[in-house]
Amino acid sequence: MIEEEKKHKARLDFHSKWEYSPAPESSDHIQLKEQYELFINGAFVAPEQGEYFDTINPAKEEKLSSVALATEADIDKAVKSARNAYKKYWSKLSNRDRGKYIFRIARLIQERAREFAVIESLDGGKPIRESRDVDIPLAAAHFFYYAGWADKLKYAFPGRDPKPLGVAGQIIPWNFPLLMAAWKIAPALATGNTVVIKPAETTPLTALKLAEIIQEADLPPGVVNIVTGAGKTGEAIVQHPDVNKIAFTGSTQVGKIIQKSLAGTDKKYSLELGGKGANIIYEDAAIDQAVEGIINAIFFNQGHVCCAGSRLFVQESVADEVISKLKDRMDTLIVGDPLDKNTDIGAINSKAQLNKINELIESGLNEGAEIYQLECDLPGQGYWCRPTLFQEVSQSHRIVQEEIFGPVLTIQTFRTPEEVIKKANNTPYGLSGGIWTDKGSKIFQTGSKLRAGVVWSNTFNKFDATSPFGGYKESGMGREGGLHGLLPYLELQ
Amino acid sequence: MSSIDLTLPDLNKTVPIDQIGVEERVARLNSRSIKKKSKVEALKLALNMVDLTTLEGMDSPGKVRQLCNKAKRPLPGHPDIPQVAAVCVYPSMVKIAKNSLKETDIHVASVATAFPSGMAPFQVKIDEVKFALDEGADEIDMVISRGKFLSGEYKYVADEIAQIKETCGEKHLKVILETGELQTLDNVRKASDIAMYSGADFIKTSTGKVKPAATMPVTLVMLEAIRDFYFKNGHKVGMKPAGGIRDAKTALKYLVMVKETLGAEWLNNDYFRFGASSLANDLLMQIIKQETGVYQSGDYFSID
Repeated sequence: MIEEEKKHKARLDFHSKWEYSPAPESSDHIQLKEQYELFINGAFVAPEQGEYFDTINPAKEEKLSSVALATEADIDKAVKSARNAYKKYWSKLSNRDRGKYIFRIARLIQERAREFAVIESLDGGKPIRESRDVDIPLAAAHFFYYAGWADKLKYAFPGRDPKPLGVAGQIIPWNFPLLMAAWKIAPALATGNTVVIKPAETTPLTALKLAEIIQEADLPPGVVNIVTGAGKTGEAIVQHPDVNKIAFTGSTQVGKIIQKSLAGTDKKYSLELGGKGANIIYEDAAIDQAVEGIINAIFFNQGHVCCAGSRLFVQESVADEVISKLKDRMDTLIVGDPLDKNTDIGAINSKAQLNKINELIESGLNEGAEIYQLECDLPGQGYWCRPTLFQEVSQSHRIVQEEIFGPVLTIQTFRTPEEVIKKANNTPYGLSGGIWTDKGSKIFQTGSKLRAGVVWSNTFNKFDATSPFGGYKESGMGREGGLHGLLPYLELQ
Repeated sequence: MSSIDLTLPDLNKTVPIDQIGVEERVARLNSRSIKKKSKVEALKLALNMVDLTTLEGMDSPGKVRQLCNKAKRPLPGHPDIPQVAAVCVYPSMVKIAKNSLKETDIHVASVATAFPSGMAPFQVKIDEVKFALDEGADEIDMVISRGKFLSGEYKYVADEIAQIKETCGEKHLKVILETGELQTLDNVRKASDIAMYSGADFIKTSTGKVKPAATMPVTLVMLEAIRDFYFKNGHKVGMKPAGGIRDAKTALKYLVMVKETLGAEWLNNDYFRFGASSLANDLLMQIIKQETGVYQSGDYFSID
């Protein structure tokens, strides 16, 4: 038995021969301005109070640019321009012509995909492999998809008369900056609304580049307004009396504040909030592919993913095998320069986020969980976190309950489907879940009992413009993507 | 090998393999970017793993001797360029190859067991293996009985491999699964397990006579089978994708897959080989490109 265990723990050597040379994506062609203004009424304008803040490269802690800080007066200006554009141009255009503008944005994003990918990685710290292969293509796909809906809204809701709401105020997070802008802007425009959108304060640059594209696409002035700033700026959008709809993606904590402040108003809202996704591995799963799925579920985008599979549940009979293989697979992950094409895990988005992750890792240790971290060299500068596993945890650990939003996975074992479904649902969140088994019926049995908006089977973190996405419980309300994603921006008469 | 007691697992149970997951993993491995120093290192490593192969009905002693010369001196005037691992021929050509390669470390591998179909009586297969060994073969590349495998006679397939291995003794046995005929990845996994538990030193994808020959998903499944076998029994089995790997770029992708699935201990020609004929020249061309910065005409590389 002891001999057997020893064999099982035989580890592979991934490093003593043939290391990959650096393969950096060039950033020479990137042109960033020293200072970015607010994009209001089709033009870049200075903020009323003349204040700016820095946006930095989290992999180097170097300033990239300074960005205008929008205050209430600026938001008022932006909302007025959006209202004016709605009345004067956007609601008067034929549906088909509206679609043409959105198609134009989609094509321009594709044409400048490489530039967008590099800026996304510079500003946000995510590996170029992901910004190039996931973020930017998906952002373009969202515009293409919703452009197609613009003149078919009546077919989407047969027998109903879909009407736009007016001005949509949108607040997006820092984990997928351009992609989230696309998720918000594309359906709003397709349904005939105009937009005031605020990117996150740590990652405003691709949204501001998108402003350039919107100018280039010759959208009527004021149809899309892009304002930069932090929490206060967002608050000004939420509270502006002439906004008809609020769309927010971010933390559950802020989502609750928004929901409170909107209570009693006639503003529509959709919220896409936090998550603590359960990733369930049954013993009859294809183990090697499941291990890869665990990696994609938790280490994609440094774990800065609201639908991350951050709670792993493994059936007891295969737990040793899965965990040992998971550790081997982690050993092949490359952590470092986000612009290197071979990097798997880039920089943590901000100092504040790194502190939060570290605080939760600390709490895991204090509560007696067993930690395993990838041993690797980390760059001297910048914000980094080693891919981390926690075993010996239970539902009562903080790291099992709270969203960490970093590359930190908790691992629990289970014996029966009933047990794992109970534990998977034992969370205030309900955004995502994953089920790994070779047996189709088991997928449906478990999947129908998971209280989560998105359930993947034998895969994880798969996104498509045609598929609705959103949460149960404290993970949010409303759906984005697909036909369902039109609804939050329409009144059906 | 004989010191390890290997009990054949229950072959009616299938190790589940998820094809889509395998393809996604392959796509991710293919996104690795191999540049500069690591590229040169890999190109040379790949060349050193090639089994230069000629398996044609029209093979002649002259053709085999040409191939052996190529194996010894892939690119005359460049002593830093490594030799290939082996020359792979039909049994009737083993003696000629052996003579041409004496005083080198290059092995002579012989296909046997009624290659490529395997459709011959068992005794004939044994005799053919014995013949190839008597002629001086260092390695035997056998084919499994796919017909028996597909009809569920796993035990027959296993016994056949075990007896051929017994005939081979210390000489290396490569077991060709002919994955193009097995079709599903579940079957590839099962055949890999049967071969390894029956004594294979190497498992090999294809004869090169059936399409598709080696593919990356199939190779990944076989590498993962080797990994599980190693974890379970502590015994390292080698891997040989064969057929269809024609250019250096593809070869490097295979090496990435080996590196990230099995690690450094498999990155040598004791545990990994390419069965290929035209690959060697593309590797040479790329090595010279890396050294000089420009591509040379194909006419500068011998076509043997």
